[in-house]
Amino acid sequence: MTVLTILLLPLIATALVCLPFRKAWAAGVTVVFSLATLILSARVAWLVSEGNSVTGNLSIGWLKWIAVDGLSALIILLIAFVATTAAIFSAGYMAHGNPKPRKLRLYYINYNLFVFSMLAIPVLAEPTLVWIVVELTTLCSALLVSFVNTREALEAAWKYVVLSLMGAGMALFGFLVLFAAMQASGSTGAYTWSGLIDAAPTMPPVLLQTAFLLILIGLGTKVGLVPMHTWLPDAHSQAPSPVCALLSGIETTSILYVILRLFPVMQAAPNSHAETWAVVLGLISVGTAAFLLLQVRDYKRMFAFSTVEHMGIILTAVGLGTAVAGYGAMQQIVSHCVTKSFCFFAAGAVLLTVETRQIASVRQLIRQSPIASTALVFGGLAITGAPPLAVFLSEFSILKAGLTQKEYLATGLLAVFIVIAFFGIMLHINRMVFGTRENEAAAGLPNNHSEPASKLQLPISCRLALLFAAVPVLVLGFYIPQPLHDLLTQAASGLTK
Amino acid sequence: MSDSSNQLLENLNALAVGLFLLTGFGIVAMRQARGVLHLFILQSLLLAASAVLLGLRFTSEHLYGVALVNVISKSIIVPWLLRKTSPSEVYTRREVDQVLNIPTALLIALALAILAYFLGLPILNAVAPDFRSLNVPIGIAGLLLGAFTLTVRREAVPLLIGLLAMENGAFLCGIAIARNLPLLVELAIATDGLIIVFIMGVLTRAVQKHIGTTAVGELATLKETQTELLEKEDAK
Repeated sequence: MTVLTILLLPLIATALVCLPFRKAWAAGVTVVFSLATLILSARVAWLVSEGNSVTGNLSIGWLKWIAVDGLSALIILLIAFVATTAAIFSAGYMAHGNPKPRKLRLYYINYNLFVFSMLAIPVLAEPTLVWIVVELTTLCSALLVSFVNTREALEAAWKYVVLSLMGAGMALFGFLVLFAAMQASGSTGAYTWSGLIDAAPTMPPVLLQTAFLLILIGLGTKVGLVPMHTWLPDAHSQAPSPVCALLSGIETTSILYVILRLFPVMQAAPNSHAETWAVVLGLISVGTAAFLLLQVRDYKRMFAFSTVEHMGIILTAVGLGTAVAGYGAMQQIVSHCVTKSFCFFAAGAVLLTVETRQIASVRQLIRQSPIASTALVFGGLAITGAPPLAVFLSEFSILKAGLTQKEYLATGLLAVFIVIAFFGIMLHINRMVFGTRENEAAAGLPNNHSEPASKLQLPISCRLALLFAAVPVLVLGFYIPQPLHDLLTQAASGLTK
Repeated sequence: MSDSSNQLLENLNALAVGLFLLTGFGIVAMRQARGVLHLFILQSLLLAASAVLLGLRFTSEHLYGVALVNVISKSIIVPWLLRKTSPSEVYTRREVDQVLNIPTALLIALALAILAYFLGLPILNAVAPDFRSLNVPIGIAGLLLGAFTLTVRREAVPLLIGLLAMENGAFLCGIAIARNLPLLVELAIATDGLIIVFIMGVLTRAVQKHIGTTAVGELATLKETQTELLEKEDAK
């Protein structure tokens, strides 16, 4: 029942937020409820990691469509974590500039609904129902992306909705074909993830392949895989920063999770080529994002492209196909999630301080806001995989797995792209934080001089969120607690049949 | 049921899905937003008709439920919701400059329909004979034409209809090859369609209020090289 409570909490929060109390009410309710969700998710994850079933008594009626295993428990935990830190960050960030109470309420209503729709993805096990909640994530977050109602934000939201739903249409067709394949296999099991694995060996290969490709392309649009990524940097940079943290940190991953669910099914079927597709699409995404990172001009877009890169890394790791690589992929999911959400909080802190998103307009940030610049440098180092932080460890284990498997070409390309991305991101961050205009003028670079904005004290909740979010980034770099290790192993075993 | 009545039902179904394909072409080419909406309603009714005919043919009551859900959600609630949420001005707008001119767009649409036929063949060969029907290639064609609509239209309402038409295409295929899908799922998918209309209606209203246009396809300031934006910021 804990699982159902996890789903209910954000809905209750939505209802409570609607009440027209003082401004702090909505923020407070959201923080408290997401904390409660986090605690319950940690409990579920703990139980699952010890090998207990958390849905044992849910075998009646429509409840049979609910199932939680290692992989879903991991995603639930991560969603709850980012939802909590982002809620704390929102409290200070959204109150900045005194928005109307009604507008603020709308933000929190959408926020909680968005968190609910994301939590429902790993909890549900019936593919078409999962498709529906995937659509809901798009719809609930659309108004969050367009929240500030500027020309750019509206454009980003519109692109986001149209492209994601276009992909969803394809994916729906894919899921219907998958259902047909299940029927054609003669299996009598339920249409769930595990039922699919049982039925896979006797499915007509044409139908299974068609369904897989349609779903990979359709949902891949929402994950931000190149070449379907064009909307992602727009949406992930125009939304308010806490929303960016949710979108980039965990939404992309939870959609990727749906694609990952198909890998054991494909493995159970004779001669499928799911792994090859994953490696090819993954490497294209990593490579494209790495080179685009060199030429971004907007620091939030920079982190958005880094998300495209990381999705590619995870998909490549899964495509390597071994248990070790699978473990690396799960580790990468965790480290990307905690690090990217931190990065967007840092970007939000910078945005509050300098009020511009242009990299070229930000110089000598360290003088204006030591906290924001420290966070930005730390976030940049962490997301590009500098040791001893979380992403370093996970990227390292993926590369190691690739080498032991003698996949030299894929591993080599991956390593090169990761290094390019490191230079891209650190170059920009270095200029923003330490660069001076005098040096640039001497080097003949264009000078976009702007007066530094007045010094702004970062809201206390933003600092708290930064601190809270930084802990796992730092700790997971050299120490993975035993329960988390068990959970990761279980999750990785969910990638193979 | 006798063979001749089965044959009749299959022919009627072929007629319905054939007309479905025609409405798909219409949605690509029709200039007036209101006309596109009407074509979409017609398309949804044809989808429901096909569901009823297949339901009669294979004596599956479940398909009647699908038809009912479709008629209620798409031909009654969607237009009502659109009128409630989006500014009324969008209906009277004629789209004068599409990305492609109409004959070119229709030619490409024709090519897509032929492509859909070939894409549908392997699927048709893989499913049991009972599930083979014209719905599969035409459903795929509906899906592709909907996607194509999204790329050539710029006005908000035709774009929205393009999205819903994609879903209709997937469904037309679905009622043939996945006809035992639980009704709850169908209901949920229909509700989902309504949320799409609601959210996009709200977005359209916001775009019109803050930017003063409903030609959302013309919004294109976000690019990798944001020179204009940079200059704008400098000018401040």
